[in-house]
Amino acid sequence: MRSVSIVGVGCTRFGERWDCSLRDMIAEAGVLAIDDAEISGEQIDALYVGNMSGGRFIEQEHIGALIADCAGLSRLHVPSTRVEAACASGGLALRQAVLAVASGYCDIVIAAGVEKMTDVSSGTAADALAAAADREWECFFGATFPALYAMMAKMHMRRYGTTHEQMAQVAVKNHHHACMNPVAQYQMEIDIEDVDSSPMVADPLHVLDCSPISDGAAVVVLAPSDIARQFSDTPIKIAGCAQASDTLALHDRRDLTTLDATVHAGRSAFRQAGIEPRQVDVAEVHDCFTIAEILAIEDLGFVEKGQGGKATEEGWTALDGEVAVNTSGGLKACGHPVGATGIKQAYEIALQLRGEAGRRQVDEVEIGLAHNVGGSGGTALVHIFTR
Amino acid sequence: MTTQAPRFWRSIPQRYNLLGTHCNICNEYFFPPRNLCPNCRRGAHLESHAFKGTGTIITYTTIHNATEDFESLTPYNLAIIQLDEGPRITGQIVSSREEVKIGMRVRAVFRILGKEGDRGIIYYGTKFAPLIEPGCQGREKKKSGPG
Repeated sequence: MRSVSIVGVGCTRFGERWDCSLRDMIAEAGVLAIDDAEISGEQIDALYVGNMSGGRFIEQEHIGALIADCAGLSRLHVPSTRVEAACASGGLALRQAVLAVASGYCDIVIAAGVEKMTDVSSGTAADALAAAADREWECFFGATFPALYAMMAKMHMRRYGTTHEQMAQVAVKNHHHACMNPVAQYQMEIDIEDVDSSPMVADPLHVLDCSPISDGAAVVVLAPSDIARQFSDTPIKIAGCAQASDTLALHDRRDLTTLDATVHAGRSAFRQAGIEPRQVDVAEVHDCFTIAEILAIEDLGFVEKGQGGKATEEGWTALDGEVAVNTSGGLKACGHPVGATGIKQAYEIALQLRGEAGRRQVDEVEIGLAHNVGGSGGTALVHIFTR
Repeated sequence: MTTQAPRFWRSIPQRYNLLGTHCNICNEYFFPPRNLCPNCRRGAHLESHAFKGTGTIITYTTIHNATEDFESLTPYNLAIIQLDEGPRITGQIVSSREEVKIGMRVRAVFRILGKEGDRGIIYYGTKFAPLIEPGCQGREKKKSGPG
């Protein structure tokens, strides 16, 4: 297998982009990434795009051909593939692109992610997202996505003494980071009182414990590491790339306070990269709900199981902490256009490793990690990045 | 709930009677029924099994903000219940918010789960209610939650 590097990145602003269509956003992010890598269309061997539910959100399927067309590549007939793993669609697109380059089938490959969620009502969007859960045996009985994570939170609180204040601190921290990220949806500070006083969604999760509905697109350009310097002065090596699956329904999991898919993908990625979790300097983890970040830092091995809430409270995951977690603002505050999230995570880590993250730049970044989850943990992807 | 008639009709045995499967080789029970056992990854030794319907609440939440189909029920209790035979199931708890807790014993009850407008299909299926174990004196508490 060949070593693979990121040689170009681009990301649109995330948020309620009423002025933009899915087509506009993918073109915007694509042009940014292609300009960054200084490549031309003729050099692109393949595209992979993560998109969860074009069919439900904009009544458009066949997103693979659409994005090739929008990118001006239709006359070059570049193969383009849409992949789907719910909220992990972007991470999965990145992995498919990595495999295409690593195998030697392709040299220059685009990994993209896009979602346009605000063209439908919030009720329709929530129902489309609920399709990532088990429609027949969870949603049919009245389960919602926040409810599934709320049930994990409830158990974590009971078993490990995690408090809602500790969960709220995840939101406070990620909003703080988002204030320093020009592409973030919510560039505003909040405090624990704001989270506590926001309306209850599913006990113990309040509105401000939840990631928003967002529009956005992100694109990265991959190349074999041995020629990466032809395209970028600061190529970012993908040192680990792993994916794991688990039961679709939460109730069938081995343990309701652990995402085993994260544990397995994490171990595999760390093994490939030859590093230990504690060596990671900066991580984008899947904080679709505040409890999800606490579970993620435990399941990835940054802290012991049960210590995620305490570690967050003590600033362990802050910008100047042991591992800076979700410097982009995470799903919570940067926004969560589901198909785009996994690629935006790679974009953020690439900026941090290049030293181009502006006011949210972490000092002396050597190793970065991106963690993307589908549904309540049926799919997980972990990528590890080095300079 | 955008389920169409055949889709609901196919799952009536499971939804009405908690009909699942049991693997003769691994002695493990599954709900909903599986075509392949995830342990031995074989299907030939799976037999149909009707669950007793009694179990224990593993974790729960109270939903205040639901999808459009369930909006009229809010706030309602949702839980993961471990059936006595082993498998876990997600379901609503017909009980007051204050009453529900982790470790609470429950039993399956037959209820309306939803309907498609005034003229569409009415979906029936399983919810769970507090269980009064045999030997306990007194009648079951009057239902006070949504049901």
